[in-house]
Amino acid sequence: MDKDKAQSRRNFIDKGMRITLGLSLAGVGSVALSRVSAKKWVWQIDPFLCTQCGRCADYCVLKPSAVKCVHAYDLCGYCDLCGGYLRPEHTERDTGAENQLCPTAAIERRYIEEPYYEYVINRDLCIGCAKCVAGCTAFGNGSLHLQIQHDLCMNCNECSIARVCPSNAISRVESDAAYIIKGGFTREESGG
Amino acid sequence: MHLTGCIYTGTHKALKAVFLLLLLFVMMPPASFAQQRFPRPEFETGYEQPTPVTPEPRSLALEYVDVAMLLAVMALVTWFLLKKRSRTGIFWISVFTLVYFGFYRNGCICSVGSVQNVALSLFNTGYSVSLTVLAFFLLPLIFSLFYGRVFCAGACALGAIQDLIIVKPITFPSWLQKTLGIFPFVYLGLAILFAVTGTDFIICRYDPFVGIFRMGAEFTMIVLGIGMLLIGMFVARPYCRFVCPYGALLRVTSFFARRHMTITPAECIQCRLCESSCPFDAIDFPGDSNARPDTEKNLRRFILYLVLIPVWVALGGFAVSSAHVFLSRAHPDVFLANLLITKPEMRNDLDNIDIQTFLSSGKPLETLVEEAEVIQNQFYTGGWILGGFIGFVIGITLLNQVVFRRKTDYEPHKGNCYSCGRCMKYCPVIKKQ
Repeated sequence: MDKDKAQSRRNFIDKGMRITLGLSLAGVGSVALSRVSAKKWVWQIDPFLCTQCGRCADYCVLKPSAVKCVHAYDLCGYCDLCGGYLRPEHTERDTGAENQLCPTAAIERRYIEEPYYEYVINRDLCIGCAKCVAGCTAFGNGSLHLQIQHDLCMNCNECSIARVCPSNAISRVESDAAYIIKGGFTREESGG
Repeated sequence: MHLTGCIYTGTHKALKAVFLLLLLFVMMPPASFAQQRFPRPEFETGYEQPTPVTPEPRSLALEYVDVAMLLAVMALVTWFLLKKRSRTGIFWISVFTLVYFGFYRNGCICSVGSVQNVALSLFNTGYSVSLTVLAFFLLPLIFSLFYGRVFCAGACALGAIQDLIIVKPITFPSWLQKTLGIFPFVYLGLAILFAVTGTDFIICRYDPFVGIFRMGAEFTMIVLGIGMLLIGMFVARPYCRFVCPYGALLRVTSFFARRHMTITPAECIQCRLCESSCPFDAIDFPGDSNARPDTEKNLRRFILYLVLIPVWVALGGFAVSSAHVFLSRAHPDVFLANLLITKPEMRNDLDNIDIQTFLSSGKPLETLVEEAEVIQNQFYTGGWILGGFIGFVIGITLLNQVVFRRKTDYEPHKGNCYSCGRCMKYCPVIKKQ
């Protein structure tokens, strides 16, 4: 009899606690549900905030980084003297390794017509160091810029580059607009 | 040879001039620039402009597949536990989880880390949590209210990798297990504090196994992961028992589970065969009924410990809130503000990217300090809450020491049991049809 009483008391406490916990879960769930977004979110770099510090190459959980240079061809001036391709102390405007700014030779320089050259990023070689971006932004149109490549990105819960980005250029964007490719010359013109 | 050298230097100088000119252009006010510095050329050779490479992210539909997979795995584990009573079934589900959620999904998305997203969404109105993450947070907890920690048994990749490498588990003394068992709550509280203040997602950052799933991480994290697995051969599931913050939540909900798995399918015959079957020391043995402690003395201790709980809460709150300045430095903005105030000479350190970026951004130091103070105040308030919570957990743990539960049979401890099903194999009782 005594045992039964203890048993039913236990069951009562268990049930009460279960309901309490269930209700608090429902509470937390419904508040979170009011903030929920049915969209998928991915990390992306705002090229207009990026300061080309070079951390994207080092802090990604992937080696090499999921951040790669993209080329917004709309903006490119197709310069022969390309600040993104050639080192400032280059000796000749050619494809010689000693003249290239890119540490992995990931930019291909192709002759189109006098005096224009096309610059194509080899994504497999690019490490996202932003050296070319710095050069292009300082001396050119800024058509070269960094973007997180979503076929590579692990979409970590918190981007380990975002944590160390000095200009807070990395934030979450909706996955149906997963890239911020530079359009016009300024942010205003591109409507971004 | 000499001549070409001359030409090179000549070009070099000319280029330098061009660069200097360009630098001048850079410094001119942007208003005078309605167009590009170098307008796009008109090509005569019919050149076709390529488009930038932008591969699509993993589709949203596949995220829902993950949720469906989680649900299916947990439902299967429950079925294997309660209906089939099959450890083998759970073993193979663990293998599947390790392959799918571990090595295929690279340990991300996981319920353990989802705590931070949900906490952040509760406190920060601007943060939107995705439906998938919320489902990953809620589903295992809901399941545990009904059937115990079926998530830990077979749906968690972190649990699976540890469960599958257990070789020769050692037994922990109860006091040590209970003391170390406080840490997951501390970790949970700290992770929530850090997530809510926008400081860091420490659960994800210090996840020891995600580097193994990804086959690559920082050196220290790989060492931690492999070290944890090596320890895990002898201390079964060390992360789950003494670290996992989500496990702390599950421990609470599972303790009141409606229909937890049992060792025996029918009546326990006290054969003691299951006694050493649990690698996690999660089986409660029936107490010797003669050894029931002195009721009056026990009651006095119970009341004492109950009264002590508010004291623990206050002590904890005081201790952690006193450390709020130290804790808040984990936030990058507070760290930077602190650095700029205490070491102003660092402004001249051109190698410090954070300081140089801040200085060139034109943001006044006062603004940064104000922002840092807001965060520091959040840490002060949060410190009281976190400390109070830790104190509460300590108080409850102590109180549990004097709660005497009469047990007549061998039963899994509903809170600590991972429902792995090992003990069921040891039970000789067969349920009568």
